[in-house]
Amino acid sequence: MNAAPQLALAAHTIALAGPADFAGWREAARRLAMEGVEAAEIAWIVEATADRTRLPVTLPRKGEGNAVGGTSTIDALPGRDSSPSPLRGGVRGGGKLPSSLDGRDGERSRSLLVPRDFVERAEAVICHCDPQRFSFLYRMLLRLQNEPHLLRIASDPDIRAFEAMEKAVKRDIHKMRAFVRFRRIGTDSGERYVAWFEPSHFIVERNAPFFVRRFTGMQWSILTPYLSAHWDGATLRLGPGGSRSDAPADDGAEELWRTYYQNIFNPARLKPKAMQAEMPKKYWRNLPEASLIPQLIAGADEAAKEMVARMPTTPAPHHAKVQSKHWPVRDGGGRNDATDGAEQGAATIAELRVQAKGCHRCPLWRDATQTVFGEGPEDAEVLFVGEQPGDQEDLAGKPFVGPAGKVFDAVLDEAEIDRQKTYVTNAVKHFKFEPRGKRRIHAKPNAGEVQACRWWLDQELGLIRPKLAVALGATAALSLLGKAIPVTKMRGQVMEREDGLRVFLTIHPSFILRIREPDEKEAERARFLDDMKTVKRLMAG
Amino acid sequence: MATLSTREKLAILSDAAKYDASCASSGAEKRNSAKTGGIGSTEGMGICHSYAPDGRCISLLKILLTNFCIYDCSYCINRSSSNVRRARFGVDEVVRLTMEFYRRNYIEGLFLSSGVIRSPDETMGELVEVARRLREEENFAGYIHLKTIPECSDDLVEKAGRYADRLSINIEMPTDEGLNALAPEKRPDTIRLSMASLRRKLEDFAEPTLKTKRTRRFATGGQSTQMIVGADAASDDTILATSARLYGSYRLKRVYYSAFSPIPDSSSALPSKKPPLMREHRLYQADWLMRFYGFQQKEILSGAPDGMLDLAVDPKLAWALRNRARFPLDVNRAPRELLLRVPGLGTKAVDRIVQTRRHRRLRLEDVGRLTASVAQVRPFIVAEGWSPGRLTDDARLRERLAPVPRQLALL
Repeated sequence: MNAAPQLALAAHTIALAGPADFAGWREAARRLAMEGVEAAEIAWIVEATADRTRLPVTLPRKGEGNAVGGTSTIDALPGRDSSPSPLRGGVRGGGKLPSSLDGRDGERSRSLLVPRDFVERAEAVICHCDPQRFSFLYRMLLRLQNEPHLLRIASDPDIRAFEAMEKAVKRDIHKMRAFVRFRRIGTDSGERYVAWFEPSHFIVERNAPFFVRRFTGMQWSILTPYLSAHWDGATLRLGPGGSRSDAPADDGAEELWRTYYQNIFNPARLKPKAMQAEMPKKYWRNLPEASLIPQLIAGADEAAKEMVARMPTTPAPHHAKVQSKHWPVRDGGGRNDATDGAEQGAATIAELRVQAKGCHRCPLWRDATQTVFGEGPEDAEVLFVGEQPGDQEDLAGKPFVGPAGKVFDAVLDEAEIDRQKTYVTNAVKHFKFEPRGKRRIHAKPNAGEVQACRWWLDQELGLIRPKLAVALGATAALSLLGKAIPVTKMRGQVMEREDGLRVFLTIHPSFILRIREPDEKEAERARFLDDMKTVKRLMAG
Repeated sequence: MATLSTREKLAILSDAAKYDASCASSGAEKRNSAKTGGIGSTEGMGICHSYAPDGRCISLLKILLTNFCIYDCSYCINRSSSNVRRARFGVDEVVRLTMEFYRRNYIEGLFLSSGVIRSPDETMGELVEVARRLREEENFAGYIHLKTIPECSDDLVEKAGRYADRLSINIEMPTDEGLNALAPEKRPDTIRLSMASLRRKLEDFAEPTLKTKRTRRFATGGQSTQMIVGADAASDDTILATSARLYGSYRLKRVYYSAFSPIPDSSSALPSKKPPLMREHRLYQADWLMRFYGFQQKEILSGAPDGMLDLAVDPKLAWALRNRARFPLDVNRAPRELLLRVPGLGTKAVDRIVQTRRHRRLRLEDVGRLTASVAQVRPFIVAEGWSPGRLTDDARLRERLAPVPRQLALL
């Protein structure tokens, strides 16, 4: 795009102090728009010192230094602002919607209103190398006066262009953060890290604060064709552009970096197009590792073929020693069979718990973290049986420690039952769930799973021989009594099993948690407390 | 063994680390050195400082502390029976390399892993020491990812979390049976327990303490894991089910899929062939469907007879072709969660459609401006002035939308 024809026709010529002089553009744009000037009537020019020969896109390939001329663009670059540091945080449109373009509240009547993010986004777009950017943004500004929602209409061609320019600038900023390569030099004031970089857009001023935040404890300079940035550990200074030969030609660490680059590459996965999409060739000449790329690509096929073809060799000499020292039990059936020797019955709860660790009686072990076995003294008089462990129990490996466990604990406390003296377990000892994103939704164990796990409950009952078992909910009742029981109807009752064990029926404490209505919830909790008081009496009796 | 130079060790120990797919440096807390006067920053978005010709991002210095290992996992280049050259870095060397690379802007930080030598605690102790030195002595604020050895002590995991941005434990294989067969010394149950313990710590530390009312730092980038694809016979459905379980159970930030790659000096227990890269790619796409597109894991391959993802078309298109009765959807009316199911519409495009349609009715060409390929979207949507007619049910739709197969390169 060439701005020259416009110059001749334009009624207004605006000279900007630099190629990304947002403050200058903003001031002029506000004035002109309020005067009702059309976009075509304005010629935007960047002041002579910031001439177009310095545009990154039109840079001469050789002898870059010569074309630049001797005058300093840079001192003028930060614009009309009296504080020249780009670290000042930028000119923001403020938090209100809409925001006034000049950012000064008192002069609302004389200001233009624009959506709050326009100012911020235009500040990025103005860094784009397209010579028409000033005029384009001005046109957008005028359109926004009549179409306040314009920025939300993603299908509008102007918005498409605006977004594309914004994206190009952001990408360039990102790539500069990625591909700047510092080289170390010794100076009088210690060491300094210097980089040569060729951006596609006018982004150095906007990007320099990033390097300050990251390399605060270093002295560094980034040189580009149109602008340079220097950090001495305390202040950021912008200076004139330079040339590649102004930066050091080598750095001792690059040999190590190339060694790393070469070895982290897997020749069996060659995908040079994917590489180039993210690291286009235009960057290669300033990347010390890029010189290796052709040879790595050329040798990849050979290297990969060799890996595939090479026959497996005999084990390394030290392997046998390592095996006998660290894995001596291996011949006795392998180390992984936690199930070996399990399920033969046990003399103590502790033994039984170890056996249950490797339980594969039903498929629930596959998705759960661990078996959550019962807990409590072997001489407990009462044995509580819940349904199955939940999310928290599965992680902790202990029964009734999650939200329902907290309700259970509190109610036992009020009923003056010491949980430490009771034995607490579940009918099913692995957590059954459905994954939903980053959550697990409790799933009810089926009859087969309850049946499979009953073996463990029987063992627990056999070792503990409690006076009373408490079935918390229908699954527990099913497991303890071998048949489906309507617990809400029969709660508070005691049933006697054939073996003489008395089973007290009540609800599962999670039932209380699921009630939304506060009064109902409180009433249900009170009923559960009554049940626990009954349990207390039954224990004594 | 002759003494190796740092460069020789770097060659061996980065070669040994390259089969770990993760190189992410994103998602950590935001911090920089402006106040401390140190070196380093993390600003949320990770940065890839280079790309290798395998197309993979190089963001971190990814190395092993040592490739000596007492485990003999057949898929691993560092297994104890392998004849690969062995080396061992000193803590000093890793700290120096990290700082030298970081100062020159080669990397975002360090991803340190290790073969297990002597005992898990001793190995983990050294990894933690590298991280501690970087943070406390070098004033380093860049990214640190530490591999966690599953069997190590709780105390070491807590220290690791204090210094590192991310911790990871590799699940390695999609099924316990697969792991038992290929990594006889590894314990699937220990791996689960370690992940569970990490999740509990991540959640505990995120809560303010009672005394100070402040949270303590613990791996703000969360935990991730990696699964090897193609070393055993597990189907894609099985693999995705394992991922869904891991995301749900342990709240992982990422599950990485690593196409099993032939390794030098490979074990006879494994397939010796090119890595299934397309399969790996499709698994990542399916993983995305679960995490960002509202798909349940079971939906993704429901109706696919062999439980494998279609290699020729992406998993969302494959799903839509099997569920044509749900289409076409009206882009001017359909809710966001349904639009996310339209092949060719990404999350950003859907958000822009939803935003734009508040102000004007969308025509097909408007949708075309919001997405890369309107050809793929067209059969599945209704727009102002556009109806796909019988196109949605066209028997040859798959052929029309599947990319033309490229000629395969000769191996």
